[in-house]
Amino acid sequence: MLEIKNLHVKLQEEDKQILKGVNLTVGAGEVHAIMGPNGSGKSTTSYVLSGRDGYEVTEGEALLNGQNLLDMEPEERAAAGLFLAFQYPVEIPGVGNMTFLRTAVNAQRKARGEDELSATEFLKLVREKAKSLKIDADMLKRPVNVGFSGGEKKRNEILQMAMLEPQLCILDETDSGLDVDAMKLVAEGVNALRDSKRSFVVITHYQRLLDHIKPDVVHIMSNGRIIKSGGPELALEVEHNGYADLLAEQEQA
Amino acid sequence: MTRFEMKQRKLDATAERVLGMVMPQGAPWANDLRQDALNRLLSMGLPQGRDEYWRWTKPDSLTADRPAKAAVFQSDDTPLFTALDRLKLVFVDGVFDATASDALEGENLEIMRLTDALGSDIHWVKDAYGALEKRAQDPVDRPLATLNTAFATDGIVIRATGPVTRPVSLIYLHRDETSDAILHHVIKLDAGAELTLLENGPAAARFNKVMEIEVADGARFHHVRAQGRDHERRAVTHLFASVGSDAAFKSFTMTANGVLTRNEVFIDIVGDDSVAHVAGAAMGDGDFLHDDTVFITHAGLRCESRQVFKKVLRNGAKGVFQGKILVKQAAQKTDGYQISQGLLLDEDSQFLAKPELEIYADDVACSHGSTVGAINEDALFYLQSRGVPHAEATDLLTLAFLAEAIDEIEDEAISADILNRLEGWLARRRG
Repeated sequence: MLEIKNLHVKLQEEDKQILKGVNLTVGAGEVHAIMGPNGSGKSTTSYVLSGRDGYEVTEGEALLNGQNLLDMEPEERAAAGLFLAFQYPVEIPGVGNMTFLRTAVNAQRKARGEDELSATEFLKLVREKAKSLKIDADMLKRPVNVGFSGGEKKRNEILQMAMLEPQLCILDETDSGLDVDAMKLVAEGVNALRDSKRSFVVITHYQRLLDHIKPDVVHIMSNGRIIKSGGPELALEVEHNGYADLLAEQEQA
Repeated sequence: MTRFEMKQRKLDATAERVLGMVMPQGAPWANDLRQDALNRLLSMGLPQGRDEYWRWTKPDSLTADRPAKAAVFQSDDTPLFTALDRLKLVFVDGVFDATASDALEGENLEIMRLTDALGSDIHWVKDAYGALEKRAQDPVDRPLATLNTAFATDGIVIRATGPVTRPVSLIYLHRDETSDAILHHVIKLDAGAELTLLENGPAAARFNKVMEIEVADGARFHHVRAQGRDHERRAVTHLFASVGSDAAFKSFTMTANGVLTRNEVFIDIVGDDSVAHVAGAAMGDGDFLHDDTVFITHAGLRCESRQVFKKVLRNGAKGVFQGKILVKQAAQKTDGYQISQGLLLDEDSQFLAKPELEIYADDVACSHGSTVGAINEDALFYLQSRGVPHAEATDLLTLAFLAEAIDEIEDEAISADILNRLEGWLARRRG
């Protein structure tokens, strides 16, 4: 599904290397978690994969189902099946949430050569998906993320994910700013989308999200590299001991 | 040159300019009103580039002896407002076309061609023609409106005596590439009357239009206009309004293209508990200058006024906004709002704004803001990351920028029409 090989990335504006050789392979249907201290390059990885401006890839590649992601525009990556749930979802005054969702769904269908959804088909679909995420009609009517609480914004991200049915979902600190109930709701939304063909990369600081979204593999990222990979027990280890031991271990090696 | 000599030179140029113009003749009272306007014009002089009020918009092409040629634009757009049941009045290059128009009649409506009204012995227009224009000359001269009062060749006078259910729709066709039109409309809403007035079309190569509107107590006036898309057309328009108590005045203008547009609005809120909203959405590409100059005076108690102006500018287009709220000492509890914003789609375009508040009452809430900026990159990336292509995402954000102005249109069918037109304009410019 996703193959990241020896990815090196620096900031465009300044001479600062952020990623220093990231290797990651995610198979179909797998859930991978990436943990690590602040500034280790987790969010940068998600931005580079989704095509945000401001980064320069100096070495390496990233393939989604064999297609080179790094050559594509952000919208082409989305149409190819990539989805990034933002850490800080953007507010767009003046654009209704419904219009936004419908434009996105139909743009992707069009890019893939499928028929656009009619207004009726779309409405039926969005109501059904919104209901399971406890998103009410009012939230759908309001401008995108404007005046939404932290929890509403994250639920809105998951709604977009459910509507767009991507193959690879990257969740960038989706648990940040959520209370326990909101986190459960978001996790349920994610779990409902898990199947043998869809893969997830879950970026988080805390183990608690992984109690709800069970990962197959856990990676620890530090200073622009993945320094250790293991099973779910690795996340528990971090929860108990912090990153210090792992980082010290890495330095010795 | 001394200040006095400069003024003298300006007046000489004005006298020279009007010398060859023919003043249409009507009833003696009408001729007197026109002559009074001409005298006022000769003492104030036509605008010049060095006038403060014309600092950013050069008036030369509006005051020149002859209009510059403007090619007639063959639009493939579907005409506006076609789905509405309306009273259609057609002007071709500034001349009323009776055969293309509906009959001048309607429920609660007195309606007549201006030249007929000015030719009759007794008519309500006697007290109205040029009256609001004359009153609006203080504190700033508006000489092109005075020129209009003196020399207008056509127009329509409308009096609403009660609620008018069918909107009156003025359609301005442009067929002659050197046409020079001066139209003057006089509109009066009696107490409790309601009227929706629609205007659309380029009108002429050069168009000078004045509209005087008196909104009596408890009356409601809605105005929506779309200024035609002919690239080379030039227009100067003045909207003069007087608003009574418990009354509403709402005006929205859409402008797409046109090499020069100066829209002046002058509203006097004389009564209490009234609202006056004026909004505009302008989009320009390349050789385009669009100027909104607004002056709203609050004289009554507890009135609300809103000015919402948005301009989308690209390829060197220029937008100008001069907006003022004047709150007189007696106008307590005034609620005034003014926003003007420019969205620059590239680095060659400019937006120039002069927002002003002048407040003499001590218990008022007035706010004003003016911003200029580019498309929000974060929002653009967010949309793209959801699969919306760059061009489509830019359009969506551009329409979102204009939304606050379009929201000022109360009628949903009309605002849908306007939105459609704006979407079409954007779609044609996708790179």
